[in-house]
Amino acid sequence: MGRTSGLLYRIRGGVHPSDSKEPSAGKEIRRIEAPATVTIPMRQHIGAPCVPRVGKGDEVLVGTVIGDSEAFVSAPIHSSVSGKVARVAPQPHPAGGEVLAVIIENDGSYRRDPNLEPPGPWEDMEPERIREAVRAAGIVGLGGAAFPTHVKLSPPGEYPIDTVILNGAECEPFLTSDYRLLLEEPDSVLEGIRIIMRAVGARRGIVAIEDNKPAAIKAMESSARGSGIEVASLRTRYPQGAEKVLIANLLRREVPSGGLPMHVGVVVNNVGTAHAIAQYFSQGMPLVERVVTVTGSVVREPSNLLVPLGTSFAHAVEACGGFTEPPGKVIMGGPMMGLAQHTMEVPVIKGTSGILALSREETGYSVPAEPVCIRCGRCVDVCPMGLIPTYLGSYAHNEKWDLLHRLHIEDCIECGCCTYTCPTKNPLVQLIKTGKAELARRKQQADRREAERREAVGESGEAGKDE
Amino acid sequence: MDWSLIWKAAIALSGFGALLGAILAVASKRFHVEVDPRVAEVLEALPGSNCGACGLPGCEAAAEAVVKGDAPVTVCKAGGPDVAAEVGRIMGVEVGSLVPLVAHIHCRGGKSLSPIRAIYQGVNSCRAAEIASGGGKACPFGCLGLEDCANVCPVNAITFDEEHIRHVNVRKCTGCGLCADVCPRDLIQMVPASATVFVRCKCQYTGKKALSVCKVACIGCKKCEKVCPADAIHVSNGFASIDYEKCTNCGECAAACPTDSIQLWEAREGHPEGGVFVVPEKKRKRDDRGSDQ
Repeated sequence: MGRTSGLLYRIRGGVHPSDSKEPSAGKEIRRIEAPATVTIPMRQHIGAPCVPRVGKGDEVLVGTVIGDSEAFVSAPIHSSVSGKVARVAPQPHPAGGEVLAVIIENDGSYRRDPNLEPPGPWEDMEPERIREAVRAAGIVGLGGAAFPTHVKLSPPGEYPIDTVILNGAECEPFLTSDYRLLLEEPDSVLEGIRIIMRAVGARRGIVAIEDNKPAAIKAMESSARGSGIEVASLRTRYPQGAEKVLIANLLRREVPSGGLPMHVGVVVNNVGTAHAIAQYFSQGMPLVERVVTVTGSVVREPSNLLVPLGTSFAHAVEACGGFTEPPGKVIMGGPMMGLAQHTMEVPVIKGTSGILALSREETGYSVPAEPVCIRCGRCVDVCPMGLIPTYLGSYAHNEKWDLLHRLHIEDCIECGCCTYTCPTKNPLVQLIKTGKAELARRKQQADRREAERREAVGESGEAGKDE
Repeated sequence: MDWSLIWKAAIALSGFGALLGAILAVASKRFHVEVDPRVAEVLEALPGSNCGACGLPGCEAAAEAVVKGDAPVTVCKAGGPDVAAEVGRIMGVEVGSLVPLVAHIHCRGGKSLSPIRAIYQGVNSCRAAEIASGGGKACPFGCLGLEDCANVCPVNAITFDEEHIRHVNVRKCTGCGLCADVCPRDLIQMVPASATVFVRCKCQYTGKKALSVCKVACIGCKKCEKVCPADAIHVSNGFASIDYEKCTNCGECAAACPTDSIQLWEAREGHPEGGVFVVPEKKRKRDDRGSDQ
């Protein structure tokens, strides 16, 4: 339907870093071959990790299930190549640490698993069947967080969903994978949002795009004409694409503290996710590849690649002409929320929206040994969640855990605006993340101690009664 | 001088004083709070450093909890067996024999032994580094050396040298276990103070891979398991660990360890840290012995 004016959508807080999208924005999505061996980790989503369903020496085809889990919050993992399983062993994971992975020798023929079939026309499919299909396809949120999509599409009955928002804001600097998808596959994205709307029973569908991507907005508008799907142009401001910010700006609804979008009747999905769902319904191929933006000042030819999952970062960068000079930092995702890597051997996983390589000059800053706050208040101004990052940071640093809870640390979306804007370069987000992790750990410890104390008192208490 | 002014004032003030005194006397009877005298006694017995290792806010809270029956008489970890026995005597509860504990850090891979895999730019805290891809150290299981344990120690028993190797001062360590709680890599274990044999590595890699991340890693070879006469040392998850209920401190495992990751603690009088780690003389190979005779 109509296009809604960008001026309306002013967000609370936020920052406006240089979007740095030029190097790869004009590059068409290019499919690359998988390397000779692919490493597919058994944890590529939020929730329970998968258990390998194949062993050493097993033959696998493109789309064969190689890992699955009984848990509800999980999604199966499929092979992205055809070949033989070399081994199943812990391997470095882009999210840190080592995770059990299936390593497959690629035979280069990309034979498709014959059991794969499209699940049938979705127009008259029961919502429950759509959710099953989405789970079977292993689809998770492709924006980066990788939350299993079938869980998002299963809101409990007491929260009716009226609106589905497709998130095409792509507010992270450098990344252009969603932009290219909107430009090149608008019909598929549109099909995806309609499938999602049917699955959750929503009447209204909005594709939200930041106004620094006019070509994508135009492509979506011409594709959506007459379909009843709205295309909204958002003011370019980071973190416009954070789902709670998006909902507040588009619908003027505030997700309650500790709540989810479904609590205000909304489901937010990434455009890549919608595309993946549409692809599965039309071709029956589960999620085995994704669009990855390989960019940064030291990448010779920044590009948007369609990469088979399990391809190493090194191989993907090689497909872009390699590095012009040794990088100072390689990041999975964008510069604001991405994760720094210590090796190029980590694989592309479902949540890898980009590979960003920055030069030594760009990353040669130092972090103060002790956080220094000059009380300028800029972090408070830019926090999109209305928190007080400087207090959260210093309480986390000084281990005042109970105060962190009182200041709603759980509501921090870790967007990084506070760290970006801090004039003394305090690593506020890292402090806040540490505080969150520590709170969770202390809760566990307290529970354990309480149980232990109960047990000990149970014994000595009885001894005391004998007196 | 008008004496009447003085005696009037004296009468008025003493009357007023008597009235207030009476109110206080009534109030103290009326609003009397029954305090178990044992709380004060238990508080007297506790160390009073308010370290918080018991999980309660300070020694006074611990004393109240013990008297109320919400905490066992062994609540004070820092005080060890002596304090527990004293608290037990006050509460009239028999305390079984308790073993005094000290902290032991299962890693000795300093900067020059475990190389750097990445430059860590971030908060100077182990827990913060652990959530940022595990920091810059090559060994993903080893001590990050950012001193969270030293900072939490209420008696400053943990020190770091220039290699970023940690030392526990056994003279100062009270065995409270706070350091073991904060270590994100679970490297600190509370061991009996009488123990002298320690595995100084918790690397889950084995063989070559373990040595590639640290020159002094436990490689999981299981030689220690074979020589142990008491069945006290076992390799699981790629590293050896000692069951101190069975260990007899014979040191056979340390003598057999090819990477010196099992070491003996030698207590030394006058040493500022109470002792040093030593590597026992290695058992000679069989063919060496043959040539000796």
